[in-house]
Amino acid sequence: MGLELYLDLLSQPCRSIYIFARSNNIPFEFKHVELFKDSVLGKKPAAASSAEQPRTGPSNSEGASKISLLKKVPALKDGDFTLAECTAILLYLSRKYNTPDHWYPSDIQKRAQVDEYLSWHHANIRANAPKTMWIKVLIPLFTGQPLPSEKLQEVMEGLATSLKQFEERFLQDKAFIIGNEISLADLVAIVELMQPVGVGCDVFEDRPRLMQWRRRVEEAVGKELFFQAHEMILNIKELSNIQIDPQLKEHLAPMLMKMLK
Amino acid sequence: MGLELYLDLLSQPCRALYIFARTNNIPFEFKHVELMKGEWWRRGEPPRNPPGAPRGVLGPGLTEEFRKVNMLMKVPALKDGSFTLAESIAILLYLARKFKTPDHWYPADLQKRAKVDEYLSWQHVNIRGKGSKLFLTKVLLPLLTGQPLSPEKLEGVTEELNVVLKQFEEKFLQDKPFIVGNEISLADLVALVELMQPVGAGYNLFEERPKLAEWRSRVEEAVGKQLCQEAHEGILNAKNLTADKIAPELLEHFKHQLLKQSS
Repeated sequence: MGLELYLDLLSQPCRSIYIFARSNNIPFEFKHVELFKDSVLGKKPAAASSAEQPRTGPSNSEGASKISLLKKVPALKDGDFTLAECTAILLYLSRKYNTPDHWYPSDIQKRAQVDEYLSWHHANIRANAPKTMWIKVLIPLFTGQPLPSEKLQEVMEGLATSLKQFEERFLQDKAFIIGNEISLADLVAIVELMQPVGVGCDVFEDRPRLMQWRRRVEEAVGKELFFQAHEMILNIKELSNIQIDPQLKEHLAPMLMKMLK
Repeated sequence: MGLELYLDLLSQPCRALYIFARTNNIPFEFKHVELMKGEWWRRGEPPRNPPGAPRGVLGPGLTEEFRKVNMLMKVPALKDGSFTLAESIAILLYLARKFKTPDHWYPADLQKRAKVDEYLSWQHVNIRGKGSKLFLTKVLLPLLTGQPLSPEKLEGVTEELNVVLKQFEEKFLQDKPFIVGNEISLADLVALVELMQPVGAGYNLFEERPKLAEWRSRVEEAVGKQLCQEAHEGILNAKNLTADKIAPELLEHFKHQLLKQSS
């Protein structure tokens, strides 16, 4: 049994791993986990074709749970070896498969700059961008309550601050975060920023420098692959057709109401 | 000019760097930044070192120097010639590579290395996130806002921390001596300094967790007990921090920031 990657493409970290592996022709078995469907019942949206035939089914979700006692996705299984956490998985793949140097440069200063971004990302972009999906889609879907607009405003302001820092400190006037070539830093950043785009908060709209960077990243990984990976999130409105099991709603309601406060 | 590390030992990531550099005999200039004194954003006044703190670099130039190094004005920060770097994980890895520290810190073995990466990634929002939140709620907020501590709030953040402590023991430490097997790595060092923050706030989380307490002893032995104690002297006296030791303009600035963060 070869490399297995447990992924749900609605999840940002999963997309970065998916794009990285495909872009570098790393052979893997795509264990498709559908977090909503596999948690309890839910109707699969009339989807989207994919170039790959994902294998769906409850067994992938169980498989993923065995790997990571914590979050289900992303997760990696390589023989007996199991691994969670996006950064760890990306680095493991880049080392094991000897991917081109620019992804994680051997030059220690350039490498340090990739590490610096990957670290900062957690408490900043990744802290804010995902909330847009919660507020705009998931909370209304699960609680039946209308979109809390002041909350969205607050989240967008937080995200704007992070984006400003991103542009001024990390990107600046360079083509990519650490210079002339794409690295893991750019990949991890872009998938996160596509989440608000998917739910209708286009963070690239009034930010031309960011938009140009995005285009360069798409080119560098391959436009077709990029859009394939983002097909689900860009069609997230389909999600509102899902029937959520009342048990799941009840289970998640307290946590969601906390977020609303 | 050699390697410079801008540190305030009240900050967990700064302690990890300090201990790592000292235990590996990495030569560096300790640029003492005292966050509470506000001199990191104000010119002129030389910082006073708290008793027992390592010798810092005094002088009015510090603020401008620091500003150039770290646009985000936070600690820790590194300056190595004209190369500047922030984010403790990035700095730790840079030092490990540049000074070729012993393998166990960041093993060359692909799978072991991945396990260190896994912990270093997970800890950001979990151990680090919840430990910081407890310190903020119990020590900083009352200090900076003058408002009394809410018991329900404290209970809430303590519970959150307890949850991640359980995950730490069950998923990362398990029955091993260290997080990645038999020897200390960056993962253990980063974990320990973060867990000492709530201890500094008065929550002795090691008390009823014998496995954790034993692991802590092993980590302290591995880096050197005295060094560990020295690094933690400030935070273990955090309860002695009083508002008058804090720069007034900082008080104003932080009041707003912290109230936002704590919700």
